[in-house]
Amino acid sequence: MTRSELIAELAAANPHLTGRDVELIVSTVFEEITGALARGERVELRGFGAFTVKRRNARTGRNPRTGEAVPVDEKAVPFFKAGKELRERVNRGKPARGGAKAERVSA
Amino acid sequence: MNTVTRAHLAETIYTQVGLSRNESADLLETVLERMSRALEAGESVKISGFGTFSVRQKGRRVGRNPKTGEEVPILPRRVLVFRPSHVLKAHVNGVQPTHGEDE
Repeated sequence: MTRSELIAELAAANPHLTGRDVELIVSTVFEEITGALARGERVELRGFGAFTVKRRNARTGRNPRTGEAVPVDEKAVPFFKAGKELRERVNRGKPARGGAKAERVSA
Repeated sequence: MNTVTRAHLAETIYTQVGLSRNESADLLETVLERMSRALEAGESVKISGFGTFSVRQKGRRVGRNPKTGEEVPILPRRVLVFRPSHVLKAHVNGVQPTHGEDE
């Protein structure tokens, strides 16, 4: 599923909204999460998961080709941990052919 | 540290899009539910400028109870991994994202 497929699904499920509104809703959600992480805040969506920022210390890396030591600066990396419900759904879920999507197609 | 929750995201949809508060909350839920469904079906969810959520199959391995040292089999399972896009990584480091490397 891509961003545009997500938008298309939402638009189909909400025929009273304009395409522009649906696009705005989706971009608002991801921009808000991005903004919060940029401020160093965490985003917790119960059942879905939590987005946090992890700090990585500066270290000495190596150019794998030349073996040369290169300093790597301290940096922040975005991290997502799936919530309990989503984790269980993903683990229980069936591959696409037996999943909800395939059932809809064959029905 | 501040935590952003569903309520904050719904409030932003309410102010940005001009839907009712109730409908804003419902739509946020629908966004998360549609993404969850795709992942449940083993499909990746690729959000340009944000990142990719994908499902990875893990094989069976032998784990150990750290307290007792006892060996415990860890059964094959499917786990969710998130790979942030270059744009998101740049944002959390307070730098301007470079264009053309979005995924």
